[in-house]
Amino acid sequence: MIELLWSIFDITLVLILLALAWTTCSTQDVMRAVTLFIAMGLLLAIVWARLKAPDLALAEAVIGAGISGALLLSAIRDYPSTSMVTHRSRLTEGIINSLTLALMILMSWAAWHGLNMSDGVRLSEQVNSQLPVSGVSNPVTAVLLNFRAYDTLLELAVVLTAVLTVLTLNEKRADHEASSPLLQGMTRWLVPLLVVTSGYLLWVGAHAPGGAFQAGAMLAAAMILLQLAYPSRRQAFNNHLLKILLVIGILTFMLVGLWMMSLNDDFLAFTPAWAGTLILIIEAAATVSIATALTLAYIGGRPIGWEGVGREDTHRTNRSIIENGGAE
Amino acid sequence: MISEQLLYSLAGIGLFGIGLRATLLHHMLLPRLLALNVCGAGVFLIFIAIAYGGVEIMADPVPHALVLTGIVVAVSATAMALALGRRLEALNDE
Repeated sequence: MIELLWSIFDITLVLILLALAWTTCSTQDVMRAVTLFIAMGLLLAIVWARLKAPDLALAEAVIGAGISGALLLSAIRDYPSTSMVTHRSRLTEGIINSLTLALMILMSWAAWHGLNMSDGVRLSEQVNSQLPVSGVSNPVTAVLLNFRAYDTLLELAVVLTAVLTVLTLNEKRADHEASSPLLQGMTRWLVPLLVVTSGYLLWVGAHAPGGAFQAGAMLAAAMILLQLAYPSRRQAFNNHLLKILLVIGILTFMLVGLWMMSLNDDFLAFTPAWAGTLILIIEAAATVSIATALTLAYIGGRPIGWEGVGREDTHRTNRSIIENGGAE
Repeated sequence: MISEQLLYSLAGIGLFGIGLRATLLHHMLLPRLLALNVCGAGVFLIFIAIAYGGVEIMADPVPHALVLTGIVVAVSATAMALALGRRLEALNDE
């Protein structure tokens, strides 16, 4: 009986997910497409929870649905003429449809075959056997920051590169008009709550679902909310500090890695006795960097006075640019 | 257990297909990015469905870590694509 109910739940979830994906991709209105995409992200978070991946459920709810949603919604303004109508000829459409269908059938066969063949090697046993020396008891955090720390370091580099590209290409978007007092009042309540939740997620990541990515995204959500509620307020951080915050995660990660290399002969090979503390230090720095990166990505370009010497004084910055330009 | 893995893997393949088809069909940047994100979500779903081992067995944490990384990289890549598109739009206006 219980199993039947689970099957009904699974099938309903999958059908709604596919329906949302289909409407996201085929609706005529961009605004509607983005809204449906956010809804799909939230549903995916439920799917992750169902498939016993609570870390992913947290990350998807904050990043996949929250931050990407905010990013895409604010990007709609940049493309006033966008329409979702396609102008492909019947022939092209037919070719695309049949090729996609063929690929899907092939993939389904591969999935069916692969799942029926054998149990295969499950890496979870290896992870479990090494978990006591990893310094943390949440297996996902252990994989991310101890066993596969290289991947995570490089991932931080990817995020940094993406944000640097964003900063190189554009100025910050023009501010929208001041928002309603309702949002401002709610923000006063929500932001401290978000900051506390972020700190909690960072701390709890050692032994339960959570960690640097979820915490960083939560912090970025708080910053985006502040940006939305008080658009004309002068930015609280000066740009010099912002630059340091952007790279502190990767810097700490590399310094710890090099320090461990001098002790254990291997880059990022943690001494088991210190691993827990080191992971917490790296995660704290990474949280700050991820939050800064995602906030800057949302803003969509350089904040005012970015090229200057780090002072927010725009007048002075402008003068120094002119002087530099003249000297060249 | 196999049936749940298979069901969610097929759902992932479905998402992938829907996203891929729309990515190829659309002309404009924003709809294409949305479709590409749907496509990516499908790949994540296939990964996690295979990592799921049943009610009493612990799910495989390695794919979870990979997909967590993937989600963060996907949002960064989306932000980068949007910035490139915005720059292109600005250049076209000039």
